[in-house]
Amino acid sequence: MKFMDRLLHRQEPPSGEIARERLRLVLAHDRAHISPGLLEVLKDEIIAVISRHVPIDPDGVQVTYTEGPRVHRLVADIPLRTERRAR
Amino acid sequence: MSARVVTITSGKGGVGKTTVTANLGVALAMRGQRVVTIDADIGLRNLDVMLGLENRIVYDLVDVVEGRCRLRQALVRDKRLQELYLLPAAQTRDKSAVRAEDMVRVCDELRESFDFLLVDSPAGIEQGFRNAVAPADEVFIVTNPEVAAVRDADRVIGLIEAEGKGPARLIINRLKPELVRRGDMLDTSAVIELLAIDLIGIVPEDETVIVAANTGRPVAFTDNSPAGRAFHNIARRMLGEEVPFAPLKEPGFLERFFRWMRAEGEEQR
Repeated sequence: MKFMDRLLHRQEPPSGEIARERLRLVLAHDRAHISPGLLEVLKDEIIAVISRHVPIDPDGVQVTYTEGPRVHRLVADIPLRTERRAR
Repeated sequence: MSARVVTITSGKGGVGKTTVTANLGVALAMRGQRVVTIDADIGLRNLDVMLGLENRIVYDLVDVVEGRCRLRQALVRDKRLQELYLLPAAQTRDKSAVRAEDMVRVCDELRESFDFLLVDSPAGIEQGFRNAVAPADEVFIVTNPEVAAVRDADRVIGLIEAEGKGPARLIINRLKPELVRRGDMLDTSAVIELLAIDLIGIVPEDETVIVAANTGRPVAFTDNSPAGRAFHNIARRMLGEEVPFAPLKEPGFLERFFRWMRAEGEEQR
């Protein structure tokens, strides 16, 4: 019940918290010159290239950008589709 | 069918151009208009975060101008509304990447498919400002009821006239009725008299604008905040409605309480 939630301050995180989280993401992507939208494009193109050669599970592919202390990385996680051999 | 191109500018920075652009975009789209908001602040984009669309950007204005994508590909659609789009600025390029004729060409290409193109100008009076004004059919000047902001607004009004884009219309943003009543803030009539231009809106200072910027959901999405109502009034005036400029007053305690209760009721429905 929203009324009680508001009285007890039990809502979703306060907007200042949301602002901090959004900024963390935006700044990381700004500094790397890689937008989240671009990551989606990269993902689609990687799927297209790899699946020409190897069967993969396109729904499981994840392309993420991570900031490390020295190196920032683009990480592509590509699950392969392996055929179970019936014995 | 051809869109009206409205450029929102101010001279001084920090007076609320981007907030105004985002909210007018939302208010017009909620009234069934097909709207593109265009961020003309190359290198310092912010309209995307104001609209909460920062995670959906793939291409930007510079990509369009330099031919790396088609115009349609760079438009980010706001899924919360039928027909609201963002054309983002580039974050990583310098201002010289876009010229005035590029802005005119981009806007001309969009005109056929939309009702309003809202161009968010960068602060200042240099090339970025000129680029933003170049495609404009109309110009809105945003100011605050403060000496520095009004002075800069006056300078910009002169430049708009010189470019043949006038007469500009004025939005007074962040007015504090309490301060005006005490006599410690320029009131609306003083600002209009000093600048000698027509008014299109008065937006009161409102804390919900800060919360809206935090969450990326402009106040105009609801009309239960004073600023949200003010933005909808501007949108209605843009659509030709006669909307009187309501005398702004601080709601009393009881009025605030009832308004809060009403908002609660609406959320539960």
